[in-house]
Amino acid sequence: MNASNFPAFSRRGFLFGSGALVVSFSIVPHVLAQEGEVQGATPAPAEPDLPGSLGDTPSLDAWIRIEADGGITVFTGKAELGQGTKTSLRQIAAEELEVEPAAINLITADTALTPNEGYTAGSQTIQNSGTAIRYAAAQVRQILLGQASERLGVPAEQLRAEGGRVLGPGGASLGYGELVAENLLHVNADPATVLKAPDTYRVIGKPFARVDIPAKVTGGEAYVQDMRLPDMVHARVVRPPSYTASLAELDEQSIEAMPGVLAVVRDGDFLAVVAEQEFQAVQAMRALAAAARWEERAALPDQQQLASFYESSATEVGSVSSVGGEAISGAKTIEAQFMRPYQMHGSIGPSAAVAMLEDDRMTIWTHTQGVYPDRGAIAQMLAMPAENVRCIHVEGSGCYGHNGADDAAADAALIARALPGRPVRVQWMREQEHLWEPYGPGMMMRTRATLDAGGKIVDWHYDLWSNTHSTRPGSAGSLIAGRLMGRHFPQDSATLRISPLGNGDRNAIPLYEIPNQRINWHFIPDMPVRVSALRGLGAYANVYSIESFMDELALEAGADPVEFRLRHMTDPRARKVMEVTADEFGWSSDPMPERRGRGFAFAKYKNHAAYLAIAIEMEVDADTGLLRVSHVVSAVDCGEAVAPDSIINQTEGGILQSLSWTLYEAVHFNDTRVTSSDWSAYPILRFSAVPDSIDVHVVDNPGTPYLGVAEAAQGPTAGALANAFRNATGKRIYDLPYTRERVRATLGV
Amino acid sequence: MMKLDINGAIHEVEADPSTPLLYVLRNDLEMNGAKFGCGLGQCGACTVMVDGKAVFSCLVPIMLVEGRKVKTVEGLGTIDDPAPMQIAFIEEQAAQCGYCIPGMMMRAQALLESRPDASDAEIRTALEPNLCRCGTHMRILRAVQRARELMKTAAAPAANGGKA
Repeated sequence: MNASNFPAFSRRGFLFGSGALVVSFSIVPHVLAQEGEVQGATPAPAEPDLPGSLGDTPSLDAWIRIEADGGITVFTGKAELGQGTKTSLRQIAAEELEVEPAAINLITADTALTPNEGYTAGSQTIQNSGTAIRYAAAQVRQILLGQASERLGVPAEQLRAEGGRVLGPGGASLGYGELVAENLLHVNADPATVLKAPDTYRVIGKPFARVDIPAKVTGGEAYVQDMRLPDMVHARVVRPPSYTASLAELDEQSIEAMPGVLAVVRDGDFLAVVAEQEFQAVQAMRALAAAARWEERAALPDQQQLASFYESSATEVGSVSSVGGEAISGAKTIEAQFMRPYQMHGSIGPSAAVAMLEDDRMTIWTHTQGVYPDRGAIAQMLAMPAENVRCIHVEGSGCYGHNGADDAAADAALIARALPGRPVRVQWMREQEHLWEPYGPGMMMRTRATLDAGGKIVDWHYDLWSNTHSTRPGSAGSLIAGRLMGRHFPQDSATLRISPLGNGDRNAIPLYEIPNQRINWHFIPDMPVRVSALRGLGAYANVYSIESFMDELALEAGADPVEFRLRHMTDPRARKVMEVTADEFGWSSDPMPERRGRGFAFAKYKNHAAYLAIAIEMEVDADTGLLRVSHVVSAVDCGEAVAPDSIINQTEGGILQSLSWTLYEAVHFNDTRVTSSDWSAYPILRFSAVPDSIDVHVVDNPGTPYLGVAEAAQGPTAGALANAFRNATGKRIYDLPYTRERVRATLGV
Repeated sequence: MMKLDINGAIHEVEADPSTPLLYVLRNDLEMNGAKFGCGLGQCGACTVMVDGKAVFSCLVPIMLVEGRKVKTVEGLGTIDDPAPMQIAFIEEQAAQCGYCIPGMMMRAQALLESRPDASDAEIRTALEPNLCRCGTHMRILRAVQRARELMKTAAAPAANGGKA
């Protein structure tokens, strides 16, 4: 890509959502359940027939406001997490409103201003919010054309919208601002709204430079970590050394006397220190940590015996899929067991938040993925009415799921309550993020399948053991501060829930045509290690297992892995991404040089979002156990491609992050404490291990629904890596990650 | 009171001499470019240049940089007049969340100022201390390669002024 491909948006002042814009609109007041990500029942949408998030928030003026001066503001309940949605959502609105993206002011997740779209999670921003904005914008344009038609006495068919104006015959021209009367847009969305045809697109699918990058590369204010409010003070928390430790003894007097220290906040087992200067807070935090004595108990499972821990901890079995007959016989049956360790989000910037209590109203600037649910949990924790708490999303470091964001917001709020009138900035230290973020749950997968004489799979059994993959707020007990504070809010209990989009069982059902299948989730309710949503939820380990097993079956069938997959696939879009990947990679079954291998994998994320296939070439150094991925090719179909470069960026990122998880990552713990406290104890991908090339091909389907893409690569990448290792060495590794020690042990070095 | 040379300007700061440079940059001088990532020299988010070399500003106390020239991403160029390194990252759209990017840029800048013809392999090796969790590595490498070319031609004005 070069500069000429990316006409830049005009720059806008950075908006911390500080309340300059005050609008009123109607929001349907219920908390959305997120597909598969939130415990409990899903409330029915207010208008189930409306597309995207319009079903929950049908009023047009909740999404789009046009001022008398023609200024256009678009509201989304979703947050920018680094996916580029501040740009792509503007593109979508601009397309239907017939303006340039730069003409649109976009307000993102803020409980005082935007619709409640639950969490920014599950690769659903474009799918849900983008679809809502698209339809709302199209309808707004049609309303404006109708108004102009009345005003000018000209049939709407003779009018067109362009550049923020409605233009008619004989040079007639009316600005949008002239056409909007009060409450004009205070109408519900119309499901029959007609969208622009793909052949008329000016903006969708075209390259636009991301609006946020110029500030980020020149030292502009871009993150919640960068906020500096007048009279702001700095806080640090002191965490217990282990999840269940309790504070036995503390001498805080000496800490209160330290330079700059304003307060030591103690509430049960919650400890924090506040100082005028940030480094003073850091020094006081260290002193406070040294002054605290904790009582700990051994409450963590034996990391060497996780398989038996999972089996003995499962309390119920949910049927994810049961199709066809039982006990089918065939020519050959094989089985396998796969393990996935607890893995970290590992945000580069530790979680942070700013909170201020003023006149019984708490305002929190947070990089949470869900301003509304976080507000609910924090309000409960503080015993405040939710309407007195405002959560405003400000970008943080990339999160990849439920990291420490919500907890840092709660920390800031609890500390700010002790210093009314002063904005309190909290930033976690590295070891606090590493030790206290909720990890992607450890999992175990057992597979058994039968081939017929013709090399087709006739029977498939798949059993997975897992915790829930979401402990998002939730109640106050979902927050670390809520659990530690004197009231000790209990952790929300986890329940087994099988949903179409999946949780631990996400992508547990193979998309392949298999006539007889039994798929079960052995549910583990207790969570001695803190867990929650990590990019892809169960899809990462399920796709890894399924795709590894598909290659084993292909070997048994004497088939090429790609041909074997195509043999079991009728969905033309799935076939297409597989064929494009194989072609672009130059896939063949020819033998590779010694210790080199190629691997292939595929999944349709959640079995309803983006289709993604990937091929990997790698080299294995048996002596060192070092694996080096050299080339990666992937093809992805996420429906209509709004921002192709962002799709490529997200997919490259997903591939590299999944390579990191798969090659290196496992959270370690002893019977009492988590021990992966920094980047040396929990290494991740560095540049030396980055492949020589990654080619991502976007298979565009203009005019078709948006399919979420940001998490689509996680599972297939792990599968392709595993299969390339198998291809290179003739051996398979079943337990993640593919550490050097495990590689050497597997190869008998 | 210590006098620090930051991006060519002398700043008098009141902070304790043992304060890591990062905290002084971010708080006393209200600069956003250098980021807190680990405080341990393991991730590179805080990377700045001191006398032309890339250093972890989270580890270096200000008493060690008095009398030396500190350069941060703010010292490369501005949003209205970006430097070649910044232009390259914008042109390559080399960011996802972007939190690690200023550290990447400063480490790359230090390399290219000392070795303008650094090879692609040398760029990769130089960036090894810096972590990116979004997986933007391919674009970061491309951006630094582009910056290498832009920096060579920076003296001779290009037809488009070298701007994005």
